[in-house]
Amino acid sequence: MGTWTWFHKLSSPPHFYRIAGKMIPWFAIPAALCLAYGLYAGLVLAPADYQQGDAFRIIYVHAPAAWLSLMCYTVMAVAAAVGLVWRIKLAHALAAATAPIGASFAFLCLATGSIWGRPMWGTWWTWDARLTSQLILLFLYLGYMALRSAYDDLSKADRASAVLAIVGIVNVPIIHFSVTWWNSLHQGSTVIRRGGPAMPPSMLIPLLVCFLGFTLLYAALASIRVRAEVLRRERHASWLSQWSGRAGRAE
Amino acid sequence: MSQPTTSPMRAAGLVLRRDLALAFRRWEQVTHPVIFFLMIATLFPLALNPKPSLLADIAAGVVWVSALLSSMLALETLYRADVDDGTLEQLTLTGQPLALLLLAKTVAHWILSGVPLVLASPIVAIAFGASGTANGVLMASIALGTGVLSLIGSIGAALTLGSRRGSVLLSLLVLPLVMPVLIFGARATDLAMHGDAANGPLWLLGSMLIFALTLTPFASAAALRISLE
Repeated sequence: MGTWTWFHKLSSPPHFYRIAGKMIPWFAIPAALCLAYGLYAGLVLAPADYQQGDAFRIIYVHAPAAWLSLMCYTVMAVAAAVGLVWRIKLAHALAAATAPIGASFAFLCLATGSIWGRPMWGTWWTWDARLTSQLILLFLYLGYMALRSAYDDLSKADRASAVLAIVGIVNVPIIHFSVTWWNSLHQGSTVIRRGGPAMPPSMLIPLLVCFLGFTLLYAALASIRVRAEVLRRERHASWLSQWSGRAGRAE
Repeated sequence: MSQPTTSPMRAAGLVLRRDLALAFRRWEQVTHPVIFFLMIATLFPLALNPKPSLLADIAAGVVWVSALLSSMLALETLYRADVDDGTLEQLTLTGQPLALLLLAKTVAHWILSGVPLVLASPIVAIAFGASGTANGVLMASIALGTGVLSLIGSIGAALTLGSRRGSVLLSLLVLPLVMPVLIFGARATDLAMHGDAANGPLWLLGSMLIFALTLTPFASAAALRISLE
């Protein structure tokens, strides 16, 4: 079976619904293992920072949340573009399912940063570049979700919000650099930087495992949410009533 | 669709002239956003301590925030009337490039909503006690900035046409996208008011305008086609 036919088959709702259902444990179980190890190693085993003490440990949640908030926006915009160009409804379903997850991670990132900032910077919030651009990212998610909910017609909601997601992703670098040039207090990058990571392996490895764990968690959550979207969108489709009829008889 | 006999540029010119002619007969469409702009600026001295030194410090920000909010208000009128009477639907059926026609409408909208703000902004700045030497930079930055606001706003206006509760939604969509304009516009004005060179942020605003000019008409056209279906 060629890649193209495989792709086409995947974009048919009944097929996708089944595959996504099978994939959930493959994402969820490694996610749980990674997070269990990563968080335990990060929060308990890793040595305290010589400067920040135990407070630095919030990075094991904060940094993966920041990464996922950006990754979710990219997934959303790419899925929206695919849905708009090739008229694939499942891509729209993926974008719709991803937005609230991304918004939650953006919020989690802001909240953990704020909790860390209180003892470290002595303030809950400061109008620093990184904080502000993350806040604007959260606003972009909220605008996207607001536009989606303002349409009754699902196909219009899909395409209108897709245009917004694409315009948004073009604007994300502009927003990022504008706020960076505007003002900065946030510490620079620790993991990816010239000259290798500025962390000993006992701190770094749990962090990388946490990144992986949170990304897998996103994959599991997205699979569950896309399945729910498919059910909502296809509730009048014949394959679904056949399936539920069969399930009903089996019981 | 039959081949149109008018050239695209001429069609765009006609749309531009039509929108200007209509607006000059409905004068309040031009005056209301300016009055709104002056009123918002008035709120700041009322809410804050009207100390001259404080007001001169915040003048750049006040002018810019007021201009931003006022142009949000004006965006409502960009497509609404033409959708209600079916003009916009006819425009999509002319066979002319829709992006170009919408660009013409947006330029007309900028002349009607942006230019009055450009002219009114020095009044507010002087009333806040800012030095008059910065007026050139202030007006240039408002002119460039409102251009970007109109262009990005036209995408938002087109997207919210087909939805319920348009006006709050429009601000929710557009405000996060235009925050860079506010940053550089207010920065340029602030630098000029303190007697520094404001070339950097002005050039950035100019490049943002060119970027928006080349790309947003296509997004607006796509959004409008979705909303009008």
